[in-house]
Amino acid sequence: MVDATAIEPRGPKPKRAFSSTNIMLYGTLLLVSVYYLLPLYVMIVTSLKGMPEIRLGNVFAPPLEVTFEPWVKAWAEACTGVNCDGLSRGFWNSVAILIPSVAVSIAVASVSGYALANWRFRGSETFFTILIFGAFIPYQVMIYPIVIILRELGGFLGIQLMGSIWGLVIVHTIFGMPILTLLFRNYFTSVPEELFKAARVDGAGFWGIFFKIMVPMSLPIFVVAMILQVTGIWNDFLFGVIYTKPETYPMTVQLNNIVNSVQGVKEYNVNMAATLLTGLVPLTIYFVSGRLFVRGIAAGAVKG
Amino acid sequence: MKTIRTLAATTAICAAGAAHAVDLEVTHWWTSGGEAAAVAQFAKAFNEKTEHNWVDGAIAGGGGTARPIMISRILGGDPMDATQLNHGRQAEELIEAGLMLDLTDVAEAEGWKDIVNPSSLLDSCTVDGRIYCAPVNIHSWQWIWLSHKAYEDAGVDVPSNWDEFVASAPALEEAGKIPLAMGQQPWQSSGAFGVMAIAIAGQDAWSAVNIDKNADVAGGPEYAKVFEAAANARAFAAKSNVQDWNQATNLVITGQAGAQIMGDWAQGEFQVAGQVAGEDYTCLPGLGVNEIISTGGDAFYFPKQDDPEVEAAQKELAALLLSPEVQVDFNLAKGSLPIRGDVDLAAANDCMKKGLEILASGAILPDGNQTLSPDTSGQIEDLMVEFWNDPSYSAADAQARYAEIIADAD
Amino acid sequence: MAEATKRPNSLTRNLTAKIASLPMIATALVIFIGCTLWTIYHSFTRSRLLPAPDKWVGLDQYERLWNTRRWLVSIENLAIYGICSLILSLVIGFTLAALLDQKIRGENVFRTIFLYPFALSFIVTGLAWQWILNPQFGIQEVVRRWGLESFTFDPLNNADIAIYGILIAGIWQGSGFIMVIMLAGLRGIDEEIWKAARVDGIPTWKTYVFIIIPMMRPVFVTALVLIASGIIKVYDLVVAQTSGGPGIATEVPAKYVIEKMFLSQNLGQGFAASTMMLLSVLVVLIPWAYLEFGGKRRG
Repeated sequence: MVDATAIEPRGPKPKRAFSSTNIMLYGTLLLVSVYYLLPLYVMIVTSLKGMPEIRLGNVFAPPLEVTFEPWVKAWAEACTGVNCDGLSRGFWNSVAILIPSVAVSIAVASVSGYALANWRFRGSETFFTILIFGAFIPYQVMIYPIVIILRELGGFLGIQLMGSIWGLVIVHTIFGMPILTLLFRNYFTSVPEELFKAARVDGAGFWGIFFKIMVPMSLPIFVVAMILQVTGIWNDFLFGVIYTKPETYPMTVQLNNIVNSVQGVKEYNVNMAATLLTGLVPLTIYFVSGRLFVRGIAAGAVKG
Repeated sequence: MKTIRTLAATTAICAAGAAHAVDLEVTHWWTSGGEAAAVAQFAKAFNEKTEHNWVDGAIAGGGGTARPIMISRILGGDPMDATQLNHGRQAEELIEAGLMLDLTDVAEAEGWKDIVNPSSLLDSCTVDGRIYCAPVNIHSWQWIWLSHKAYEDAGVDVPSNWDEFVASAPALEEAGKIPLAMGQQPWQSSGAFGVMAIAIAGQDAWSAVNIDKNADVAGGPEYAKVFEAAANARAFAAKSNVQDWNQATNLVITGQAGAQIMGDWAQGEFQVAGQVAGEDYTCLPGLGVNEIISTGGDAFYFPKQDDPEVEAAQKELAALLLSPEVQVDFNLAKGSLPIRGDVDLAAANDCMKKGLEILASGAILPDGNQTLSPDTSGQIEDLMVEFWNDPSYSAADAQARYAEIIADAD
Repeated sequence: MAEATKRPNSLTRNLTAKIASLPMIATALVIFIGCTLWTIYHSFTRSRLLPAPDKWVGLDQYERLWNTRRWLVSIENLAIYGICSLILSLVIGFTLAALLDQKIRGENVFRTIFLYPFALSFIVTGLAWQWILNPQFGIQEVVRRWGLESFTFDPLNNADIAIYGILIAGIWQGSGFIMVIMLAGLRGIDEEIWKAARVDGIPTWKTYVFIIIPMMRPVFVTALVLIASGIIKVYDLVVAQTSGGPGIATEVPAKYVIEKMFLSQNLGQGFAASTMMLLSVLVVLIPWAYLEFGGKRRG
């Protein structure tokens, strides 16, 4: 397992507090931080300004008069066509898409990774190689046939997959599989073999070992997978736009709709507020669990 | 014939009577101010006059973003109940594959054949003698919109044709104005070129290229003049770096730009901004050179559904879209012309009246969407957006490429 | 783990494992292999809006593809974007990780700052940078107001450099994640190595370049895989930031494919283009996979 020291710095120790190296070091880091923070700063200040103030120019100036109007408008009033209910609808759609997609994709990928790591069978490596190649296949190659597969599969099962949330869950599960399976497989491979053998001797089977040993030991990698999937699925635009319909549009698609529904002048402040609102969920997750993420990556993603 | 009509009408009525309220999902890409106001007229009429509900499925970003979504949904077995498309060849294959609802009985019951003017609109909806779409408006591309404020600021008279506009451009530039506003989306570049082609090369050359796909004419001297003119216009539009068409229109409305070549839907934007034709802006059909308009437009298609109740509601909507009152309300808001000659557009403004006159005089051409396949239109758009944005792309090179595309057109 | 290979194979052995792997097997076979073959096959047909397996036209679609300026520009852009973002992401990611690894104060804060853009979608990234690079309000205007009247920084409206405007945004979004991976790799290096290097008097930078980086080969491979798989898929960023403009200056292959398939209603052309994308991926991937997995077997 991950020992606590694994995430402590291992580089050479700097000697004095105000050495020239230190000034260089912190100077560089601060400078780079500006580049990374700039867009967030600009988005925030723009979203708090009124349109007249924006037209005066200078995106970097802090707002003279703070207004939350754009946020209200972006959340509840911005229009696309006849509908003027802003992003709020998309938010709940995204939540409804997110939860089953994350759960199903992680369940499938962790079991696959476990089978690949601990229960190899003839051809399993071949399937794994194909899967990894799959990560590189441009989505465009598969979009169209998947439309047909969803239609046929839906007809076969007697449910509507295309355009429904479940169709999208399947698509997210498929496209999340290569990277997630790789993550889990690498992590499970690093679990000491003795544990596995001991459990076998005790008569535990495939599922027994998975639930009693592997899952409890692999929380860091589950956290990484969860963070990757939550952000990935929340941020997805392409699949959302192709495999859903207006009632089930995720937030990103609605964001794009709102931003592109120009009525007269582009309302940059509303656009930026909408943009920030859309980014809020993944941002929160990163700010809150960034440390866990890094720990998980250190524990699993890098090995193998 | 008559029996069929009565029968169809009776079925429609019966179906309507028996039907419960149906939610009809309607997709379209009308999201600009004027467009949204217009589509709201449809929604209102449908919700008030029938017991069904209009579920709005607006997709922003123009036909370019919306069409892929519409088509993949129809193909994926999850069709919407009605959808906007530019009629013409965009839906050809969907109809041939039997994915679209046959509206012939509605058309006959309502007598569309007698009321739709010009009849070419209904022809575009017809495949093998059956009617598959409901045309809702006539849009013409052949307009240039001139800002009175910009010309006042520059101290020159508002031009009355393309040549005067070209002559006035330096004065505008001196006054710090953009002579020609132009959005960067490909369809805008390509549309403006089409307008210049009709105005400058003339109707015969245009028909030879767009209808007969004659590559010799496309590469010939008449079109060479068009490409020269477009290269000029490109220089006038060099400083216009907005994306959407209505942002470009906004430059004209606010007097930052002198003119914009754009279809009559730009009218809706002027209207929303409270501007008055003849006072705040001028519109010149056919660039003031050649008063011909093309009669493209929007049409609604109704993908096939399994549920007979939904089908009945679809047909009710189809009939409603063409009814006189709805036609008037919708087209006034949208700035387009109604598809029936028998409605009273007293409320129409100057620009629309000009359009109606030209329409009545019969100086009309089919729209590019009706004559060229989406594939060919797409190639022309790729060419035009590159040409309009790359000053080093010579008129002669562009024309050579254009002739190639026309030669391959189907 | 190796015990699976020790015993004779039969269909029923590890049956539960096989059943549990069915979703993965189905994905690999049906989606990744099946769909790909389906697409490749249809790229040789004249499919318009609907797939038309019987309208065989041979290589026509490919001929047209390679005679299309927009496609050539797209390929060129992908190459520029790909190479630059690969190099820059690795360099920036590693450098930042190395800087953070110096036992600095506030490591968590800096790490969060570098990583947060990764939480944002390309749509959001594209919109934010479009706004910052807007010549009327953004960086250009601000610098001009500081007195540098002639300052010009307008990448999104200058066809020659527009793709670099996209690159700035792409790097901003993705380099933090690479940094985290690199940092994890650095933390995995044994402390003894550093001690030994210090005892031998090797300068820090030399230790990094000649000892640490070679030791981190698997980490670099992981990073490379992640960056590369993202590059070929660049689509939303371009759509949000420039829509391919000005003109066709920032077109990318993925966008060409989508638009030909659905907008121009020419599936055959779109399939041909996506097959070419796949081919270029394979050209890069096969030699790498051969080197990586070719000789050795896991024990």
